[in-house]
Amino acid sequence: MTSVMSIAGPLLMGAVFGYLLQQGKVTSCNVIENQFRLRDFTVLKVMGTAIVVGGIGVLLLVDTGNTKYYVKDANMVAVALGAALFGVGMVVYGYCPGTALGAIASGSVHAAVGAFGMIVGAILYALSFDWVKAHILNVWALGKVRLPDITGVPDGIWFAALAIGAGAFFLWVESSEAKARRTRAG
Amino acid sequence: MTMMTDVVVGDVRKARRIDWSPYLVGAGIGILSWVAFAGFGDPLGVTTAFSRVASLFAVPVIGSDAVATNSYWKSMPLKWDYGVWFLVGIPLGAFLSAIISGTWRLELVPEVWKERFGPSVFKRFVAAFLGGIVIMYGARLAGGCTSGHGISGGLQLALSSWLFLAVMFATGLLVSRLMFRKA
Repeated sequence: MTSVMSIAGPLLMGAVFGYLLQQGKVTSCNVIENQFRLRDFTVLKVMGTAIVVGGIGVLLLVDTGNTKYYVKDANMVAVALGAALFGVGMVVYGYCPGTALGAIASGSVHAAVGAFGMIVGAILYALSFDWVKAHILNVWALGKVRLPDITGVPDGIWFAALAIGAGAFFLWVESSEAKARRTRAG
Repeated sequence: MTMMTDVVVGDVRKARRIDWSPYLVGAGIGILSWVAFAGFGDPLGVTTAFSRVASLFAVPVIGSDAVATNSYWKSMPLKWDYGVWFLVGIPLGAFLSAIISGTWRLELVPEVWKERFGPSVFKRFVAAFLGGIVIMYGARLAGGCTSGHGISGGLQLALSSWLFLAVMFATGLLVSRLMFRKA
């Protein structure tokens, strides 16, 4: 029973995630490219809502002792360099790793070609790991810190600010999009 | 009679695209995160498991000894754990959605690419392959991707993940501007 759940559980979680990505249209290369061209805000809408809804729930779950935080190391130089490469790769590839897996399953052949590139990228990282560990990962390494820890601003304030900021931003995006639709139609 | 036909045609057309609100989808992913944290103690993520699987493909390239002694794969050996099964689930769910909604379609060169770089399949494949190398190297260096850092780390208010989000979007905007600049 346990072993069945240890496969069926994550398989179902992944399937729901993949289903949502496809339903959210973020498995489309066009949608992702147009986010970076500021012509389509679907990616930010999905991610922003996921962060606010997910974050408030996880905060409550942590506060009530139902889970803990799984924070990644703030190796500032490595994260900044990695994120910059990631941004380059995402625009050239047109996908991020998770959406690429969804895109392959919905018929994108070029996403599958890029997945072989991702395998090569992972192998290159493993081969260069000793050097990276000695020279980059340890530079300006702050550990598993959270924004409330380093700023002294409590979690509640962060999420209130995030929710209000995201809400205002999305309202503005929606009204601009409605205006553009009216202009096109009329 | 005419109205009936209109309704039927309308429904068929509607079934070819998806009308789910991105906010609804985002909220769904947020709630999925609650389950991932509280139910499994394993936040949503893709690239950690991806590197475990990549070691399989590395065996014919660099040899099984080199893989076995590699310090990175020693720290994360291939095992069929939560993350890897999660990874297998993603295409299954996306496939299901694509079939049910009628949005499955073969795509060799996406529209945005075609408009800017033309219909060459070879050109697009080379770019996708190179982009794939860069994105995965970056993800491993940063310690996560749009899911692991962006969503799971972002919702925990992790410093590392907000740095990732800021730099990733800034770089993406810049590269996109250069790439799609009219020649």
